[in-house]
Amino acid sequence: MTTSLADVASSEAALRAFLHGLPGVDRVGADQRAAMLGTRSIKTTAKAQAIDLAISMVDLTTLEGADTAGKVRAMCAKAVRPGGEAPSVAAVCVYPDLVAVAAEALKGTGIKVASVATGFPSGRTSLEVKVSDTALAVAAGADEIDMVIDRGAFLSGRYMKVYEEIVAVKAACGPAHLKVILETGELVTYDNVRRASWLAMLAGADFIKTSTGKVAPAATLPVTLIMLEAVRDFRDATGRQVGVKPAGGIRTTKDAIKNLVLVNETAGDDWLTPEWFRLGASSLLNDLLMQREKLATGRYAGPDYFTLD
Amino acid sequence: MSRLSVKKTYKLYIGGAFPRSESGRSYPVTSAKGEFVANAARASRKDARDAVVAARKAFPGWSGATPYNRGQILYRIAEMLEGRRAQFAEELGGGKRAALEQVDATIDRLVWYAGWSDKIASVRGAANPVAGPYFNLSTPEPTGVVAVVAPADPLLGLVSVVAPVIVTGNTCVVVASEPAPLAAITLAEVLATSDLPGGVVNILTGRQAELAPWLAAHMDVNGLDLTGVADAELALSCEQAAAENLKRVARPVQEDWTADPGIGRMTRFLETKTVWHPMGV
Repeated sequence: MTTSLADVASSEAALRAFLHGLPGVDRVGADQRAAMLGTRSIKTTAKAQAIDLAISMVDLTTLEGADTAGKVRAMCAKAVRPGGEAPSVAAVCVYPDLVAVAAEALKGTGIKVASVATGFPSGRTSLEVKVSDTALAVAAGADEIDMVIDRGAFLSGRYMKVYEEIVAVKAACGPAHLKVILETGELVTYDNVRRASWLAMLAGADFIKTSTGKVAPAATLPVTLIMLEAVRDFRDATGRQVGVKPAGGIRTTKDAIKNLVLVNETAGDDWLTPEWFRLGASSLLNDLLMQREKLATGRYAGPDYFTLD
Repeated sequence: MSRLSVKKTYKLYIGGAFPRSESGRSYPVTSAKGEFVANAARASRKDARDAVVAARKAFPGWSGATPYNRGQILYRIAEMLEGRRAQFAEELGGGKRAALEQVDATIDRLVWYAGWSDKIASVRGAANPVAGPYFNLSTPEPTGVVAVVAPADPLLGLVSVVAPVIVTGNTCVVVASEPAPLAAITLAEVLATSDLPGGVVNILTGRQAELAPWLAAHMDVNGLDLTGVADAELALSCEQAAAENLKRVARPVQEDWTADPGIGRMTRFLETKTVWHPMGV
């Protein structure tokens, strides 16, 4: 397989032949395996460890039309010190125009600034706009770029167009890491999720991300499972490690821990660090903090004692 | 041909649904004479946690409903109870006549509290005299989620502690009487069919000593009614745990449930909001 990977993207036909040559996903099997792994019981000290790990993997996100500089600054303060003895989160994720605000607020903290770009969330804009959107975000101080793929082109089989867009955006990223959002809620089948994962990795993605959070269903467990299998197989084939970021719909500590179990059982513990696995979320952090509080004090926590966002 | 007997499975009442205990446990309930009657679900602390979540979720809608509407719904509960008089009387056991009297008193108690829904603000609110060009108005507002440990009296006692809590707009998690929980679950069937939004009343059956401490310590519970706690040690520890987030606490009392209730139980779980409003604007 390694020999053929060099030129799979040499032509539209070769790329299609490669992507359609990937083994199909056993839908029922994937659903069942994800559900089975979701039943693992993680308690006491293991749970405390998992909660802290999950907090350190959070990409704290605000992607609302109503976002303001003040809201982003407040969120950055929370990202640095989520509360109590909890570790800092991995990154904050904002719209491109607020990158400068976040970069200023997080200077010297080691927390990354991620920015969505390329006409997020639909991606329905020209390549020129996508590339300059990316370049401007990087210039403003973004360490990571979350781009969306052209789902229309992908679903109509124009894989080369999707590939070339990712390559162009990756070039515009320069030193910044590129996360490619597959928007699995719009990809219809698990086979497409696997194909899109490989396509993004071949084109140079540093991370593959499930969803924008604007489409339901977002990050379901089986989809994350398939993407984790893809990054594992990709590393076996090429030696390059790619990260995974489920985003959207992960709201509870239980969901987060299920994801961690999935990572450990599918990709292995090489991925079990904030460098290679992220959780894109906004309300999840408070639930993690409340569970942390419950473990520390022995009493159930209430949302009155945590920040609103 | 003789029919097979169709026996009722007594479950919990959380968020408008009737789930079994998350723990899967149950305990046998016996009649006053010691005969086995049925198995009741034995709720765990996780059921209590889920019930608090359900009560919190129901709070904005229920406290935001008009008092008139809340009164109508309480009256509706009384209507539904009236239709099931015989069933409740049978379930209460003891003398038939005494049981029917209990049920009637319960229905009357609901109607009495239903009437208070749009009047309590007039009694507890005020237009305060102030030395300035302002209106200064105080109005009572519900406290939030109230955990109620119901007294041993299985029906009249239960309704006498729950109705005053919810009529003012609070939502509640009720720990039913430990030896006699069945009437509480049958009452839940009445609540579920009375337009009472799911989650306003959540009923747990099981060990008081197992559930009350978790509810007392829960940071998302705003009030604690310990009326039914017979064990003084337990009451003390609950009261201490409740202090952590300054819950309003009602201490255990021996009360004659047939007596005129007064408004004390309603006012215990009310906050007072005072607003200043400029005059002539």
